[in-house]
Amino acid sequence: MKQTVDARGLACPQPVVLTLKAIANAAEVTTIVDNQAAVENVTRLARSKGCTVEVEEKKDGIYLTIKGQGAPAEPTITEHVVVCSTSAAPAGPLVVFVPGDSLGRGPAELGERLMGAFFHTLLEIEPRPKTIIFMNSGVKLTVEGSRALEDLRALASQGIDILACGTCLSYFELTDKLAVGRISNMYDIATALLEAGKVVEL
Amino acid sequence: MAIDLFESVTECGCAAKVPAQQLAGMLRGVDLPTSPAVLVGPDTLDDAGVYRLSDEQCLVQTVDFFPPVARDPEDYGRIAAANSLSDIFAMGARPLTALAIVCFPSRLVREGVLHAVTRGAAEKLREAGCVLLGGHSVLDPQAKFGLSVTGVIHPREVFTNAAARPGDVLFLTKPLGTGVTIMAIRAGMASTEQEQTANRSMASLNAKAAELARRCGAVCVTDITGFGLLGHAMQLARASNVALQINFEGAPLLDGAIGFAEQGLLSAAAYTNRDYVGDAVRFDDDVPLPARDMLFDPQTSGGLLICCPPNRVAELVTWAHEELSTTCGVVGRVVEATDGPLITVARRAIAAGGDGMQG
Repeated sequence: MKQTVDARGLACPQPVVLTLKAIANAAEVTTIVDNQAAVENVTRLARSKGCTVEVEEKKDGIYLTIKGQGAPAEPTITEHVVVCSTSAAPAGPLVVFVPGDSLGRGPAELGERLMGAFFHTLLEIEPRPKTIIFMNSGVKLTVEGSRALEDLRALASQGIDILACGTCLSYFELTDKLAVGRISNMYDIATALLEAGKVVEL
Repeated sequence: MAIDLFESVTECGCAAKVPAQQLAGMLRGVDLPTSPAVLVGPDTLDDAGVYRLSDEQCLVQTVDFFPPVARDPEDYGRIAAANSLSDIFAMGARPLTALAIVCFPSRLVREGVLHAVTRGAAEKLREAGCVLLGGHSVLDPQAKFGLSVTGVIHPREVFTNAAARPGDVLFLTKPLGTGVTIMAIRAGMASTEQEQTANRSMASLNAKAAELARRCGAVCVTDITGFGLLGHAMQLARASNVALQINFEGAPLLDGAIGFAEQGLLSAAAYTNRDYVGDAVRFDDDVPLPARDMLFDPQTSGGLLICCPPNRVAELVTWAHEELSTTCGVVGRVVEATDGPLITVARRAIAAGGDGMQG
């Protein structure tokens, strides 16, 4: 699977942050940057993850093609982006699984902001998932007042199926506050996860 | 915390500095007024200007301000103040008065952020025994804050970056790596502990370090800021007409900094510093890339680099261990200038007593 990160016009550390997320999801990532510092930084990142990097200067930017090479040299940083492919169907759809309302480990406030930023970024990049599943406190992202709401609505309008766990919504007493996607049950959710070609867990 | 200052900026800290090469060009051909009373002026790239008032007293003046370097406004105020005061301490002087330079978006002023920044700065000014006389503020979409500080010193007691002597041992009083750590905090990749350690280090005053420099008989001192250890070391070597040997393993580092460099969290200024130092430095082959990055990393409110007379090193190390709250270490030594590179960097310690230490 290939993914492109357009990091032109972005100051450090954004090119590195976006590339880091992309290489957790895709075997081949092309990051486009527009300055030499970003070239070196993204190259450092890729090498630290055990990837190869090819640099090509084009008219509209510098293209870095990053290819995975086995185990990352420093796995600790990507621990929160667990990528697991089901063995049955590598060609199946891409599913994003969101089991909480905070991204990564650390202060909740930061995690929530990162989560918002993730969905905002998802709008900008390829490939798009077929389904996004919200479970446990993750359902808080789908209700009124969520900072991700606008971006999730945009994703839904592009045909991405957004599933919110019904049990979880009622646990948090948010069932009547759902503002995007549809209420789903464990049967649908388990099926979507098992039939996926790749599940990205946040 | 309610406010994250990093959300309002694109550049941060000393990383936002005009590159040294461009600064040199800026003054070329400009007829600057001067006077015999000027002891240290713009030409020697020293930390602060020095003006002789009488045979007994000199005025020492400096100004420094930058965009937010911490997420919390009070931390930012403390760090900005410690950084501005540092230039006075690096000259060996005593700070007396300060004026605030404030460029702030009106929203952050209304929300009380500027108030919190000022509170943090006031805490550090009080600690330094320096009063705030006033300041000037401008509305600006990108926040910036800092101080112009004035101090006094006896003409014969001025520290300079132009008096290093072969044999002197280079002692650094704060850990390197603030540039990459600030980047990692912005990227959400630093732990709370790493963030707090960096903020504490940047907010600590160089007052005590300057006192120790005086006590060990040093006369050549500079503070390590935006040009990184090697940038400032190069200026010191040129001004003193000596060469320097740096040993990387003696350099004090912030926890996690090496890992951040490995993952490409370098600011553009780190690369600018590398270009600035250029051929003046030669690295041994076994000095790894992230180690080299650390030496070019732009520092915000960094430590003092003290050229300690060789017979006083043991005392300095002991005092630093007992009296400084920051991690410090012996980073190298001064040697005779040769035709070779101004600075050589080895991986291992090179001199007896040249091992790093935890202060």
